[in-house]
Amino acid sequence: MLLKTHFRDTEHDTYCYTGGKAFDPALPTAVFIHGGQNDHSVWILQTRYFAHHGFGVLAVDLPGHGRSQGPALTTIEDLSDWLSCVLDAAGVSKAVLIGHSMGSLIALESAGRPQQSSRIAGIALVGSAYPMKVADALLDAANNAQQSAIDMVNIWSHSTMSPKPSAPGPGFYVQGASQRLMQRIASQSTARPTVFYTDFAACNAYANGERAAQGVACPTLFLLGQRDLMTPAKAAAGLIGAIKQAKVVQVEACGHALMAEQPDAVLEHLFKFAGTATVAALAAGD
Amino acid sequence: MSNPHYPGFDTVSLHAGSVPDPATGARATPIYLTSAFVFKDSDHAASLFNMERAGHVYSRISNPTNAVLEERIAALEGGVAGIAVASGQAAMHLGLATIAGAGSHVVASRALYGGSHNLLSYTMKRFGIETTFVDPGDIDAWRAAIRPNTKVLFGETLGNPGLDVLDIPRIAALAHEHYLPLMVDATFTTPYLLRPFDHGADLVFHSATKFLCGHGTAVGGLLVDGGTFDWQQAYDKSGRFGELCEPYEGFHGMVFSEESTVAPFALRARREGLRDFGAVMSPHNAFAILQGIETLGLRMEKHVANTRKVVEFLAAHAAVESVAYPELPSHPGHELSKTLLPKGCGAVFSFNLKGDRAAGRRMVESLKIFSHLANVGDAKSLVIHPASTTHFRVPSEQLAAAGISEGTLRLSIGLENVEDLIEDLAFGLKMSQRKEK
Repeated sequence: MLLKTHFRDTEHDTYCYTGGKAFDPALPTAVFIHGGQNDHSVWILQTRYFAHHGFGVLAVDLPGHGRSQGPALTTIEDLSDWLSCVLDAAGVSKAVLIGHSMGSLIALESAGRPQQSSRIAGIALVGSAYPMKVADALLDAANNAQQSAIDMVNIWSHSTMSPKPSAPGPGFYVQGASQRLMQRIASQSTARPTVFYTDFAACNAYANGERAAQGVACPTLFLLGQRDLMTPAKAAAGLIGAIKQAKVVQVEACGHALMAEQPDAVLEHLFKFAGTATVAALAAGD
Repeated sequence: MSNPHYPGFDTVSLHAGSVPDPATGARATPIYLTSAFVFKDSDHAASLFNMERAGHVYSRISNPTNAVLEERIAALEGGVAGIAVASGQAAMHLGLATIAGAGSHVVASRALYGGSHNLLSYTMKRFGIETTFVDPGDIDAWRAAIRPNTKVLFGETLGNPGLDVLDIPRIAALAHEHYLPLMVDATFTTPYLLRPFDHGADLVFHSATKFLCGHGTAVGGLLVDGGTFDWQQAYDKSGRFGELCEPYEGFHGMVFSEESTVAPFALRARREGLRDFGAVMSPHNAFAILQGIETLGLRMEKHVANTRKVVEFLAAHAAVESVAYPELPSHPGHELSKTLLPKGCGAVFSFNLKGDRAAGRRMVESLKIFSHLANVGDAKSLVIHPASTTHFRVPSEQLAAAGISEGTLRLSIGLENVEDLIEDLAFGLKMSQRKEK
């Protein structure tokens, strides 16, 4: 669905995939936030399951990505502000935020802010790290040699060329689909700096992670790929230590593309966590 | 993390899509000869049916052996998904039927395999899908043939029977100008010689019966979605492809282009096409084709090396009028082949013998190593004489219009010792020129 999103004196259409069912804000809401140079489709299996098992689902396309209008935003803080506007537009009063990679920083920043934390029932940080530093060579390639940057990220994000079962289903070549998605996002804009660079620069520059982590009061799940080269599991240790209610799961045989490489394990952990966090929020009378 | 690189062709040929069997540790891909798969519980069943989980339900829709083959061909082609079907014909039909229906139109090269020509000229027409055939080298003809209801442009990487080299970059650019995809039959080239997606094609299919299988043991087809074509953009701009971009009643209102940004075609081809048309590949055949693909690089190298020597021999022989192979400077696709096919132009080609139908018959019947049959892409060398077999009822004038003479022979060069092949052909040529008593 498309939402008219008012963000800092601008209005743009924001696309949210709703899991194959119409969005109902009266249901517990799960918001899925993709990572850099991606879109909602990276969550396809998990979001369909959530939507058909009691959740209202909003899998956003971030500004400038996929079907959402507006320029790509340059800081994690801006993206967090924007997400708050999306929740306003959708009429969401309480939600679990589930973010992958760059999306995990947006979820973290949102949950760590006193003015936003009241409507966040829990956060799941998938393939997360802090600081999320990006090598200079990759940053440069993201702006000046996008195919080279796509290749680097694609190779480093996958732990195998044969994950089973393939996502979204048998017969799909996961690494090929991941490459094409990044190429598609690249093809959608000729603006400079590129969306790719803007995303990675936002991750690289984000410096509020520790403070945000200290402000997180909701249940938090870290879902980390055991073979992740982009955001190695150990790189989340600082955040994990700073968040009071942090639960950590390392997913076996999995790189950074967790949702595609281990779709069932990711779904099971996320669904259990979102259910528990939602029940806890209800019990607390939020 | 320095110098990242993708695995090479041979590594992908051996590994993509496959892992040791989790139940037994078997390293070779097992043949899962089962019609259906047990659900863990009712919720698991429902979530598989509703595409909330990835997995196997029924072997007409997917099967673990077939999935290895599908993922491997997708990886080799540089695509996003493969679909294994019963034959090359089934792959072509699935490709067309996923995006075209009654009232649709196709623009196709006229240099096609006879079976493809039949499907387009007669059978699809009966279901309301019209085709305009064009000279594959005439870009203006391609352009002029496009109509508002055109859904796809289609050709063979190396066309029948003269091995016309399809100018994929040019035709793809034209197709994309009109928000149309280019579908390519890459049977003769295989991804070892040419990866059509790298040059702009959007959909590729193979008769896997040929070089992919490589041993003449299994009939099968593979359809590959390149993930390159933006169906949603094409729908927004042209109104075409509602099949992928509007709610599909046959699957609970699913909008395939929302489910997958890059592979809505593959989703619908499987979820509708395999489900409803049902032209599925047997897992046994998938296994046979996987065995072939494991050595595809090695075999194609020798197929091409042998072919070059045979072509050289034939081109210099007094009993041969002409040889149609793009590596020869006389071939109209010679220059283009240097760009698109630097590793070789395959191992199937035709040559014209001096003489009439009887000469062709005499040659075929005197060969000892070449098998006389209607197939190509086997490890063994094959020969066919169209004027006395596939086209035996066709008068000479009509043969000429199809680019075939009474003395045309098609060879598929195998992996034997090339000197033995040349000796066999030399004897056949000698016999062909003998006067009948």
